[in-house]
Amino acid sequence: MQIDHDALIVGAGGAGLWAALELARAGVDAAVLTKLYPTRSHTGAAQGGVCAALGNLEEDHWEWHMFDTVKGGDYLVDQDAAEVLAREAIETVIELEHMGLPFNRTPDGRIDQRRFGGHTRNFGEAPVRRSCYAADRTGHMILQTLYQQCIKLGVRFYDEYHVVDLLFEGGDGGDGGRAAGIVAYRIADGELHTFRAKAVMLATGGFGRMYRVTSNAWSLTGDGVALVYRHGIPVEDMEFYQFHPTGIYKLGILLSEAARGEGGVLLNDAGERFMERYAPTLKDLAPRDLVSRAIYQEIRAGRGIGGRDYVYLDVRHLGREVIEAKLPDITEFARIYLGVEPLREPVPIQPTAHYAMGGIPTDLDARVVRDDQGTVVPGLYAAGECACVSVHGANRLGTNSLVDLLVFGRRAGRRMARDVRGVDLPDLPDDAAEPVRAELAALLDGPPAGAAESAPALRRELADVMMDNVGVFRDEALLTAAVAKIRELRERYRCVRVSDRSKVFNTELLEARELGYLLDCAETTAVAALTRTESRGAHFREDYPERDDARWLVHSLAYRGPGGPIMRTKPVTITRFTPKPRTY
Amino acid sequence: MQVDLRILRYDPERDSRPHWERYTVEAEPTDRVLDLLHKVKYEQDGSLTFRRSCAHGICGSDAMLINGRNRLACKVRLDQLGRGRVTVAPLPGLPVVKDLVVDMEGFFAKYRRVMPYLVAEGPAPARERRQSPAERARYDDTTKCILCAACTSSCPSFWAQPEYIGPAAIVNAHRFIFDSRDEAAEERLEILAERDGVWHCRTIFNCVDACPRGIKITQAILEVSGAIVERRT
Repeated sequence: MQIDHDALIVGAGGAGLWAALELARAGVDAAVLTKLYPTRSHTGAAQGGVCAALGNLEEDHWEWHMFDTVKGGDYLVDQDAAEVLAREAIETVIELEHMGLPFNRTPDGRIDQRRFGGHTRNFGEAPVRRSCYAADRTGHMILQTLYQQCIKLGVRFYDEYHVVDLLFEGGDGGDGGRAAGIVAYRIADGELHTFRAKAVMLATGGFGRMYRVTSNAWSLTGDGVALVYRHGIPVEDMEFYQFHPTGIYKLGILLSEAARGEGGVLLNDAGERFMERYAPTLKDLAPRDLVSRAIYQEIRAGRGIGGRDYVYLDVRHLGREVIEAKLPDITEFARIYLGVEPLREPVPIQPTAHYAMGGIPTDLDARVVRDDQGTVVPGLYAAGECACVSVHGANRLGTNSLVDLLVFGRRAGRRMARDVRGVDLPDLPDDAAEPVRAELAALLDGPPAGAAESAPALRRELADVMMDNVGVFRDEALLTAAVAKIRELRERYRCVRVSDRSKVFNTELLEARELGYLLDCAETTAVAALTRTESRGAHFREDYPERDDARWLVHSLAYRGPGGPIMRTKPVTITRFTPKPRTY
Repeated sequence: MQVDLRILRYDPERDSRPHWERYTVEAEPTDRVLDLLHKVKYEQDGSLTFRRSCAHGICGSDAMLINGRNRLACKVRLDQLGRGRVTVAPLPGLPVVKDLVVDMEGFFAKYRRVMPYLVAEGPAPARERRQSPAERARYDDTTKCILCAACTSSCPSFWAQPEYIGPAAIVNAHRFIFDSRDEAAEERLEILAERDGVWHCRTIFNCVDACPRGIKITQAILEVSGAIVERRT
């Protein structure tokens, strides 16, 4: 079945929903596809807040936010993009309030703001109150508010449609072709639908599920990133993957940085507030890459709790009132998942795989670009975690993921609304869905059962090798072994076969498909990490512990080649802030 | 520990009606029901079908009937369920698609009926609208809803009258009716005063027991019906 829309958005998190709102306001025939229901998207799991230099509680300026973003990203940030982010953060937060978002308020009724990691006043002097928040449910409120407005404007949704291929006209995505639509699998009945469109936006989120311990939802399997890569478009800065310092021990469920923004501290086995040694100025509010490394260094030095592989997050001194009013959800997480009462006990935490700084390369209007010259892929857009614009560089600051998806989701929608005018719908061949139909059939009919591989087993092996070899500390031996292991898994993936033969809600089939996407994300991450022989932001090489601006102040691009990713580079845009040593 | 897990299974392409299947699963007391379902799916029977995503109680995908009560599978630990026996069935009162997956379309259609969005038609100010902490607190409880359907599908009034708009839709109407910035309370109250609206609530409190977000749902429903009565007098 073929369905036509002028614009098509894949993914219904914050970026996709805001883009849909812009298209609806412009009167464009647009639709949103999601493999979940929109309110299940992972934007809803964001907790602590969204930074914007409103200056409601103390002096603040977008230039300070921009500087913090650039420095936080260890100078790999494209500064023209960081400027857009910091400037437009202010108007997007105000617009969210106008849409009804229930922010916490100051006594005089303005949006309340609190401190967050790496966000400072006057270019690094001290923490600043910049994060606008709704308790520790800011992402939930953003997702609900945007979905509510989409309902108000009558946006068309295709819920529980899983994207399985991208379609191009006049050549593949990497060879000058124009985006022409997508193929989606309707989960309810297993039918493949071809969607034709003048503009296609990917807002499919991240791929934290390639790691064993992660804060990410099960659905975050890099679908959009992998599909772009398979069509000849490179993926950017894949070696930069953020580990959030405070995941619940063993489970990886996020405990927001807001806990430290409100005054919580990290403690080692001796009860020492160890961040004072690693970041004398910002202490527990240093950026996440520094804090995660510090935790592992404490553990390696035998100062984990009881000599084990975790430390404590302590909020007891904040008092019941602050904890219950401003951190209610994460307090409940500690109670439910650890059986720990944060009012009386410190909470066991360990770093958890959290956020991909890299992804699909885009320009400032969220248009996908396919080389180091900024050549645009006509009709293809990306925003949110799946995209790399790049505002996060080598390490994202807390709350900037929300700022990113709001600012660039909005820009994507506005740009698409302009670009579809006066353009004809592309031509698609009748058999556009055949290549992916064959791929899905292979998972169902594959090799004889005796030789078959199990997707869940391969997924576990992948998550283990990524966690152990491509985590916070890396070196050549670990990464070389990881690349070899991922290639072995790729070979074995060809023999994966699913047991569920049904057409209705076949999640076994779709999870096997998702494993293929994760393998692409993992291979490009590991190869990019092996290639970059320096340490910068979240990418720390023990065999190359220093930042090397002479050689590596460049983005990486990974192109799909016959034997694996082919690595190239792309210059970083530097406008206001020249790279300096990064201390906090 | 060994868990005796019973799951109500249904494959529309093979079964004429649902049937119980039994599984023995090795688990820790701190494991959650969702962990059990994954163990079955990944180690015993790949065709077991359920929705889940965030796995920590925020996305609302995995509401189901666990030991006779509507719960999120990712939020219930085995040590909260007593000794070693767990039964899991789809949410009651909603059409079953396959195994633990129910058809949510009717549920979301009711949600959409209550105008679940801020209506404020005047020109927006340059900065944020002011709202005092007290005004903000007035509707805080009902902003927590994650649309998991645990409440509506636990409601005997909804089982008896499937047209009843249900607690979840009323909660989402409440969230806007009591927001000082909103201008459409009248229209929402009119919708909820109709035959399928708030009057079906018999204050049975199943919804409150079922809500994974701890929302005081019955109180919200009573506040909405109170506002309807006030409007008429």
